[in-house]
Amino acid sequence: MSEIIFDKIAAVISAKKGVSRELIKFESTFEELGLDSLDAVELIADLEDEFNVTIPNIELQNIKSVKQAVNGLEKAMQ
Amino acid sequence: MILRRVVVTGTGIVSACGLNTDDFWKSLVDCRSGIGPFSSVDADLIRFKNGAEIKHFDPTFSIEKSDLDLMDRFTQLAVVAAKEAVKQSGIEFNEENAYRTAVILGTSMGGVGTQEQSYIDLYQEKKTRVHPLSIPKTMLNAASSNVSMQMGIKGPVYTISTACASSNHAIGNAFWLIRNGICDQAISGGSETPFTYTFLKAWEAIRVVAPDTCRPFSKTRQGMILGEGAGMLVLESLEHATKRGAIILGEIIGFGMTSDASHITKPDQKGAERAMNFALEDAHLSPEKIGYINAHGTGTLINDTMEVAAIKSIFQEHANHLPISSTKSLHGHALGATSSFEAIATIMALKNGILPPTANFEEIDAGCEIDIIPNKSREKHIHYALSNAFAFGGLNAVLAFKKWEE
Repeated sequence: MSEIIFDKIAAVISAKKGVSRELIKFESTFEELGLDSLDAVELIADLEDEFNVTIPNIELQNIKSVKQAVNGLEKAMQ
Repeated sequence: MILRRVVVTGTGIVSACGLNTDDFWKSLVDCRSGIGPFSSVDADLIRFKNGAEIKHFDPTFSIEKSDLDLMDRFTQLAVVAAKEAVKQSGIEFNEENAYRTAVILGTSMGGVGTQEQSYIDLYQEKKTRVHPLSIPKTMLNAASSNVSMQMGIKGPVYTISTACASSNHAIGNAFWLIRNGICDQAISGGSETPFTYTFLKAWEAIRVVAPDTCRPFSKTRQGMILGEGAGMLVLESLEHATKRGAIILGEIIGFGMTSDASHITKPDQKGAERAMNFALEDAHLSPEKIGYINAHGTGTLINDTMEVAAIKSIFQEHANHLPISSTKSLHGHALGATSSFEAIATIMALKNGILPPTANFEEIDAGCEIDIIPNKSREKHIHYALSNAFAFGGLNAVLAFKKWEE
């Protein structure tokens, strides 16, 4: 499942910020990819729609990397 | 040009903390919060469940039934609060003074309830037409225009919409109009009614509303709590107030505003600092004169640490002895109306020698280490105070107040 989530995240970031797909790694931080806090909110909203889950605000505040986003989504899907 | 002194001779408020100034102030002093479960929107459909919603608002004691039908709730609240403020001031408007009086009000969104009803009618009910007064009830200047119509005020009347700084911008503009001799008196403040399904959904989506309550400066804070209401001040030149023997409640002495020009939602510390500095300069005050700040203090992670850092940068060592509080923890964040509530709280604090608290406080967050008057109001006589407002869009407006002393 992590791979599917990662692919979706990478696709959204690539489309939104114009970052080359190959540069988006599991370990990439949002800051490295040029995402600010508002971009992160938009990204998570897209992912919530895609996977039909809800990530609480308090967890969203701590999602600052691709890895944390994948983990957050997986947790929400459990 | 001789700058005139500008005093406050009336206040009016409709809020979750009280339907008039006396009840509002008592609620703040007693640290009694207006925050609780909201009921005007189905909470099952919203991730957050609490708000500072006005219960038992009955405008018919103040507004004629025929006039009420012309007004969205945001306008009704504004008119009721304005009438309270004018009644307290004792001003009577007539042909002689009507053109020398201003109405300058703030709102961020205007008549969202009316607008939402139009969408329900069209998209849900499949009607082919909406209410004929949808436009005049929704428009942002509806409150200003209706206050002007109800009072017969014929001078500068307009609305300022700068999100959460709207009321401070409005009051600052009214203050400058009177100080510069363009008007003799003004009604100024703001109104907001965020409790509609679409508007709450929009706030839910941007992830800044707390699931529990508003805990400004606490380590455990999770965001703001939305509030509704209207707050109004009657301002006039000192000369005008003295001539008619008015009771003076407080004095406005400075106004500063800036734009961050950086990010649409993330505040920039420099913008906040400069706005405070400009207000101090406009008031000819050195920072150490300030005895209290009513903080913007939304309870969001980003605002509160930014604001405390900005205050420490401006006030330096004096920040160690400078009490601040966020009364949003009590009356909620009423967006375009919120700084009118906070202006009234600041005027009352100066007048009564009591500083309102920051409610719901648990444990200070790293980066927020400053005296925030936690959970209990404090008796302290002060002479000067600031009230901060830092809005989405990076727009900052700060007012400086002085205790009224002969």
